[in-house]
Amino acid sequence: MLWETFKLALQAILRNPTRSFLTVLGVVIGVAAVIAMVTIGKGSTAQVTADVERMGANLMILSPGQMRFGPGSGGGSERAFDLGDVDRIIDQVASVETAAPSGNASLVAVFGNTNYQTRVTGTDSRYLLATDWPVATGRGFATAEESAGKPVCLLGETVRDELFGQADPIGERIRLGAMSCQVIGVLGAKGASSFGTDQDDVVLIPFKTFGRRIAGSMDVGTIYISVRDGYSVDRATNDITALMRELRRIGPGEEDDFSLRNMEQVASMLNSVNTVLTGLLSAVAAVSLLVGGIGIMNIMLVSVTERTREIGIRMAVGAQAGQVLLQFLVEAIVLSALGGVLGVALGLGLAAVGAQLLNVPFTPDPGTIALAFAFSAMVGVVFGYFPARRAARLDPIEALRH
Amino acid sequence: MATPPIIEFRDVARVYGTGAAEVRALDGVSLSVEPGEFVAVMGPSGSGKSTAMNVMGCLDRPTSGHYLFNGIEVGALTQDQRALLRRHYLGFIFQGYNLLARTTALQNVELPLIYKGLGRAEREAAALAALDKVGLAHRAHHDPSELSGGQQQRVAIARALATGPQVVLADEPTGNLDTKRSVEIMDLLQALNRDDGLTIVMVTHEEDMAAYARRLIWMVDGNVQSDRPTKGAG
Ligand SMILES: Nc1ncnc2c1ncn2[C@@H]1O[C@H](COP(=O)(O)OP(=O)(O)OP(=O)(O)O)[C@@H](O)[C@H]1O
Ligand SMILES: [Mg+2]
Repeated sequence: MLWETFKLALQAILRNPTRSFLTVLGVVIGVAAVIAMVTIGKGSTAQVTADVERMGANLMILSPGQMRFGPGSGGGSERAFDLGDVDRIIDQVASVETAAPSGNASLVAVFGNTNYQTRVTGTDSRYLLATDWPVATGRGFATAEESAGKPVCLLGETVRDELFGQADPIGERIRLGAMSCQVIGVLGAKGASSFGTDQDDVVLIPFKTFGRRIAGSMDVGTIYISVRDGYSVDRATNDITALMRELRRIGPGEEDDFSLRNMEQVASMLNSVNTVLTGLLSAVAAVSLLVGGIGIMNIMLVSVTERTREIGIRMAVGAQAGQVLLQFLVEAIVLSALGGVLGVALGLGLAAVGAQLLNVPFTPDPGTIALAFAFSAMVGVVFGYFPARRAARLDPIEALRH
Repeated sequence: MATPPIIEFRDVARVYGTGAAEVRALDGVSLSVEPGEFVAVMGPSGSGKSTAMNVMGCLDRPTSGHYLFNGIEVGALTQDQRALLRRHYLGFIFQGYNLLARTTALQNVELPLIYKGLGRAEREAAALAALDKVGLAHRAHHDPSELSGGQQQRVAIARALATGPQVVLADEPTGNLDTKRSVEIMDLLQALNRDDGLTIVMVTHEEDMAAYARRLIWMVDGNVQSDRPTKGAG
């Protein structure tokens, strides 16, 4: 009997495919949004975790000013660091393995007729140590080049590919903005970061070269620090904070005017942004499912009216009220569950495309899919019940006369 | 008596509305129908024929009085219990055929069998047998829209017969048909009554059709005015 009811529902739905499709569109969109968001969210969480593992839980980032959300953020002038701070951190903090200054600028790199907009980072060989980044071909910066501020550079894999293609870049000269410099090495490929940015889209030059020729000052924007093996990140955080407060003459009770984050904090911050976004979009999806449910209720009410005589005939030949109720309820459930199936398919499609664009792994989650599907079927139960009850309560004589 | 009548009305009234708007569609009807009878019901429009059929068919309940179906007090039954009586013991034939559109003749005849809980194969066999009985086995896979009025009514008769009911109630079964088709339908009903012992109660406006029955009940203003054998009876 239930199988008969199911077949009947499917027949009724397919009798008017366009109308059925438009009816479930709300459910399709709602489910697709949930599936796409959760799938991409999970993918990017996995990506962040993988990044943290790759960059090393040992890496810390020291930057001027306080990282704050909400009012007051970005206000006031931030006191930068200088190269002396980098050396003092290495010399005076036992828990620190190494530290490196960095400054960034976005510039056009030119080789021959080829132009390519990229990020130029001024730093030194300690940066490659701190971030565990090998030089794939050629060599890293020589100490003499760093201290003299020589115009030499290391290319990220993406920049090498854009400017040189198959050719060997080592020893060639490229132009970075107004500065000409010689390529001495190519960095190993790192892939995309948690932010979706391409980490290989970079040119490294010695920090002093960057300060003199590009930034126009020796201020250090960000200091990368790696923690010595055998010391905890917390210990290093305390030590570095104490040193920086002393160096920057911050009195007791005054707030830090710098911030020190480790990669795990960056990861959890990213993940919490992720969670908030997923939550917001899930709310949108819930509204869409609600609207979809109302659409289903509406069309089921129309259907009950249109099929009043059919209901009368069924009752005359012996259908009980419960069987009529079940018939229309199953029809609403099948309708919204079909919407759920379409929604899952569409959502996975969007997630696959989105994952590709955002450079995160595509990791469909069977639990989420099952949940979304169950939810859409439930929409059918909730919103199908009222019309189904109306059908079941029809008087057979009135219905037959319709 | 050994067995009670299939249908027994004792002072049955069916009243619509109240006060000034009150309509006494049935006003104290008493009658009974025994197994194997073929009864025609006639009377002027509005005399309560259809109302009586609805009560007999357990689609409706008397406002007062007693309706006993096989000795069972129908007025005391729930809606679901009355649905079970219709499912197992009653068949309906309507003036307007009342077939499901965009549904083949076979599926239409199978409909009551679904509610009777028959499996697919059994159901198809029973439905085909019923269609064969009304001479329409060759049209089993046609939709009602592809059938003539007479053929549609024969499908409806097959549907009423398929469950093997005790009584078939027909409200103006030939009302929409020309004389030739009407005669075909009446021949069919008469054969079912004569050969299979099927009990039939039929409302009609036409003397010629009533003549196929063996008993004629004449109704006026919600009352039975006369109840006698037809000329054709014997
Ligand atoms: N649902 C209803 N509400 C109010 N009055 C009704 C209703 N159904 C029937 N009636 C009234 O009951 C009376 C009997 O109606 P019924 O349909 O039984 O007549 P009938 O003998 O079948 O007539 P006809 O030959 O025209 O089919 C009529 O006066 C009709 O107006
Ligand atoms: Mg009538």
